[in-house]
This record gives sequence, structure tokens and C-alpha cells, in this order.
Amino acid sequence: MKKFITTLLSMLLVFIATAQDTANDTATAQSTGLRADGKIYVVVAVIVTILLGLYVYIIRLDRKISKLEKHS
Amino acid sequence: MRQYWWKILSIVLLLYTFIAGLLIKVPTIGNLYETIRNLFFHVPMWFGQLILVTVSLVYSIMYLRKPKPHYDIMATEFARTGSVMGVLGLITGMIWANYTWGAPWNNDPKQLGAAIALLIYLAYFVLRNSMTDLDKRGRVAAVYNIFAYFIYIPMIMVLPRMVESLHPGGKGVEGNPGFGGDSLDPTMRVVFWPAVLGWTLLGTWISTLNVRIKTLEDKKHFS
Repeated sequence: MKKFITTLLSMLLVFIATAQDTANDTATAQSTGLRADGKIYVVVAVIVTILLGLYVYIIRLDRKISKLEKHS
Repeated sequence: MRQYWWKILSIVLLLYTFIAGLLIKVPTIGNLYETIRNLFFHVPMWFGQLILVTVSLVYSIMYLRKPKPHYDIMATEFARTGSVMGVLGLITGMIWANYTWGAPWNNDPKQLGAAIALLIYLAYFVLRNSMTDLDKRGRVAAVYNIFAYFIYIPMIMVLPRMVESLHPGGKGVEGNPGFGGDSLDPTMRVVFWPAVLGWTLLGTWISTLNVRIKTLEDKKHFS
């Protein structure tokens, strides 16, 4: 399971990296990286963080229940 | 071993939905502008809810054919997650409506139908919890669940198409609420359907977690 989480996280990094690439095409000093395109990437980062957080939570819940099932 | 590939599929699909859903180019339709992206988040709530309550219906029918406690638990928990998604669908719809139709509640036939359908599903839980006899509770709940489903379908899928509606697909309004044919732009389709599958799988995941907790609790009670 840990492996999958690392894989997912690295996938997320790839998305951020591509975001930066497209941003550099029209780069100005103030609007590069996550600040490009009206800072929409910041919103993407926020909602993806929330989604990942919820998934980490549900995975932990899942494993806790699995442990209980093994004991009973 | 418990299968978990579909849980990973859910994570991947929803990550894709959240990233691509905000970043792809979308067509400009009417006064929607960027809010058209809500199609990737609001509409899959209802598609997911529909699939979850359909699973619930199937388990209710199975319970009536063969009264296994497991079927009853499955039917209840899938209906529960379905109802939660329905509530989220209603709230997100009201937010969207406020900025495109001018008010959160417009007495749109689909809004009314969805609200009534949700109340009917709430009554399912009230009815279920009002009975202490397990066998009777299971059977009455299953019968009511089948009734609820067949009220729910006309409420959200048939009636809104027969009268004038602000939603796509109503009388005199373009588009198909079932997204057949050309009514869904192809660029939107590549995010929309993965979103539906991702939310449905997440709903299934939460439902099965609840089912497992309920099963554990029952085991403790009866052993």
C-alpha cells in the first residue's frame, strides 16, 4: 500500500512539473510556476491535497477495519 | 485476498478529474463560462447516486428472494452513501444555480424531483430504524426500498423531461440529460465519464467500509 501512495504522489509531481512547463512559455516575473494562468494551479494544488488527504484517511480506515476483521 | 485494484482506480480517476477538470479547455455555452466545469463535479454526484441506489435495489430484491442478513446490510449501506451523494448533489446544484440561474432554488422540476426523491430515501431510513424485529425490518425495508427506487426514477429522469426545465433536456431546452448523441462536447466527455466512474467507485468504497463495520458489530452482538 505504501508503494502505491508513493507512486501516486510522484504522479502528482509530474502534473505540477508539466504545469510549470506550460507556464514558462508565457512567463513573466510575477506569473510563473503555480502563479501562471490566473493562479488556477494553486486551486488545483489545494483541491488535490484535500482529495489525497481524504484518500489517506479512508485507506487508514480501511486497514483498521481489516485488522478488526482479522481479530474477530 | 480482498480485491483492492478498484480502490486505486478510484484514486487515479478522481485525481485525473480534479486536475484535468480544472485545466482543460471548455466550450463557452450561454452564461455558464467557467462554471461549466461543475459538470465534472456536480453531475457525477447524481450519476454516482443513481448507480449506488441501483445496487441497493438489487440487494433488496436479492434479500426478498433469500433473506440473508448480508443482503440487507448491503442494501442499507449503499442507499446511505447514495443519499449522502444526493445531498451533496443538491447542495452543489444550488450553489451552481445561484450564479447561473439567479437564485439557489428556482422550483425547477428537476430540483423539486430530486428533493422529493431524497425525502423518500430519508423515509427509508426512518422506517428501517423504527423496527426492532430484524427479520421484519429487513423485509419491510427491502419492499420500501424497491418502492422508493421506482418513485425516484420518474422524479429525476421522466418528469423533468416532460415539462419546461432549466436543466438541459427539459421541454424546449436543448441537450439530453442522459448525455446521448452530440449533447456533450467531446472534450468534456473525456473528463466527465472518468469522473462518474471515480465517484461511483469512491461511493462503493465508503459503502463497503460501512458494510464491514456493520457486519463486525452484528458478529459481536450475536456471538
